[in-house]
Amino acid sequence: MTIATETKNDALRPPSSEDVITVSKMNKWYGNFHVLKDIDLTVRKGERIVICGPSGSGKSTLIRTLNRLEVYQQGEITVNGIHLGDDVKNIEAVRRDVCMVFQHFNLFPHMTVLENLTLAPIWVRKMPKKEANDLAMHYLERVRIAEQAHKFPGQLSGGQQQRVAIARSLCMQPKIMLFDEPTSALDPEMVKEVLDVMVELAKEGMTMLCVTHEMGFAKEVADRVIFMDAGQIIEMAEPQAFFDNPQNERTKLFLSQILSH
Amino acid sequence: MSENAKLPPLPTGTVTGRAVTWAKKNLFDGWFNTLLTIGSIAFLAWLIPPIIEWAIINATLEPSIEACSEVTGACWGFVNANLRLILFGTYPYDEQWRPLLAMIILIGIICASLGGVKYPSVRKWIIPMWVIGVPVIAFLMWGGFLGLTYVQNSYWGGLPLTLILSSIGIVFAFPFGLLLALGRQSNMPALKTLSVVYIEVIRGVPLITVLFMASVMFPLFLPDGVTIDKLLRAQIGIIMFTAAYLAEVFRGGLQAVPRGQFEAGESLALPYWKSMRLIILPQALRLVIPPTVNSFISMFKDTTLVVIIGLFDFLGTVKLALRSDPAWTKYYVEGYAFAAAIFFLICFSMAKYSAYLEKELRKGERR
Ligand SMILES: Nc1ncnc2c1ncn2[C@@H]1O[C@H](COP(=O)(O)OP(=O)(O)O)[C@@H](O)[C@H]1O
Ligand SMILES: [Mg+2]
Repeated sequence: MTIATETKNDALRPPSSEDVITVSKMNKWYGNFHVLKDIDLTVRKGERIVICGPSGSGKSTLIRTLNRLEVYQQGEITVNGIHLGDDVKNIEAVRRDVCMVFQHFNLFPHMTVLENLTLAPIWVRKMPKKEANDLAMHYLERVRIAEQAHKFPGQLSGGQQQRVAIARSLCMQPKIMLFDEPTSALDPEMVKEVLDVMVELAKEGMTMLCVTHEMGFAKEVADRVIFMDAGQIIEMAEPQAFFDNPQNERTKLFLSQILSH
Repeated sequence: MSENAKLPPLPTGTVTGRAVTWAKKNLFDGWFNTLLTIGSIAFLAWLIPPIIEWAIINATLEPSIEACSEVTGACWGFVNANLRLILFGTYPYDEQWRPLLAMIILIGIICASLGGVKYPSVRKWIIPMWVIGVPVIAFLMWGGFLGLTYVQNSYWGGLPLTLILSSIGIVFAFPFGLLLALGRQSNMPALKTLSVVYIEVIRGVPLITVLFMASVMFPLFLPDGVTIDKLLRAQIGIIMFTAAYLAEVFRGGLQAVPRGQFEAGESLALPYWKSMRLIILPQALRLVIPPTVNSFISMFKDTTLVVIIGLFDFLGTVKLALRSDPAWTKYYVEGYAFAAAIFFLICFSMAKYSAYLEKELRKGERR
């Protein structure tokens, strides 16, 4: 194997010019609390976006509106050409293509790892059980955890559980993946095994929106980094520009705090 | 085990040695515990021998009033002489094999369902078993064709009646209670209000009132000429009442399932009902096994209240037997002791089954 091919395999594919998510002038309130303010965001197919910002700035809320775990009150969201509003059919159609990985994994504790993975393919995609099992084993191998297929989530470590959660999402063969602080509930020694899997996904061209404070990950794979504060997108730039030359004072302050340790 | 290892090696060898160590550690450790142990032993020594003397040594089984008046202990002869009246109430004497058979079939189906849930090969037969079994039981009890004489359900009574009321009660109150619990959590205001009002109203009144309303008030609202059978009304009353209690039990279980479980289902595009059935309910119900069985046990005992609307359940038939001959009336302790023993046996089995089920469901799964 030559170095040339290796670098070619390893290189990030540039995103295509096709838009898969468009958010325009989106506003959301929790009662009187204005949690998202005039959000404008366009994500292209294959693009990898990292979202960071102080706690409580609305990062989770933003990505949760993208698969309608949260409703919004003003503006528009379109995912894969489907308008995301109150229409249940549309919501289900979007959710088939957009999967989310949660901070606390949210695996189903009463099912084995394999059952966790085959649930959606069987009941949503109507896949025969055998085929779903094969698919699940395929993705479990991808996240290097196939030997745990018949254990229950409670018997696995945090890092293993998060990899299972990623595999569970992959079994839906989504077009877009949302990650909400996937490594922040993990012990430090387990962060890498999860990030490695995410880097691989990024390199295969998965469209990803990832809320994380893992700046190494952002530098390695992100096409754009978004900084949020108080419900607004304050700054949005390519990683190099974002880290080396932040424009906004709040971004500078945030970066100085997060990079200092 | 590990504590044993720390003890001197001498006593661990023999059974008596181990018993002595165990007793020292658990019964006589400290003066307070020692006092409690001695006190309890003294209390039991005072209580148990007279009971055994009364119930066994000085008792008679002979079904005659003369034999009973000769002994100082229990007159089980009362139960023996009136067994068929106690078990089957006023069901026609020559036809009593029918409720007996019906009861055996019912108990058989219940045991097969409870024991079989674990095995997929048996599990698929549970619903067919009920679908076939219930009409067979109904046919045996009512008759009216195929050579069986018709027996009006006002003649039904005793243990079969109690078992039928409570098992049908459980089978219907369970899903109804579940729907009420889901309704109460719903974000559709009308459905939510309806569920809350229903649960609070039914929980707020005693079962006796519900039964009375079912038997006295309910017919007033029906158009002339339409009557609903007394037994059916009692059954509906029991279901309505139990469902309200179960709804609150289930709501507790639903609240204990983390919100993230539902979100994970949603983000995998599972529709509401599938999410409920596959993700939320299996977890919620398993958490509330003890209070659910608790509700079943109290419902089972509450079926005795149907006496007030003129149905003779198992406790009612004991009273019937006591009144059947003035000479028997003074043996009410024996009659009620027998009824209590049967009730205890059934309730205790339910409690044991609940413990078994919990243990089964925990197997393999560590939280
Ligand atoms: N269900 C809710 N009801 C009311 N306020 C909420 C709710 N969820 C989140 N919030 C508030 O919205 C803000 C943004 O939350 P979130 O999106 O979770 O922030 P982040 O993920 O950036 O830490 C926070 O101030 C939080 O307290
Ligand atoms: Mg968050």
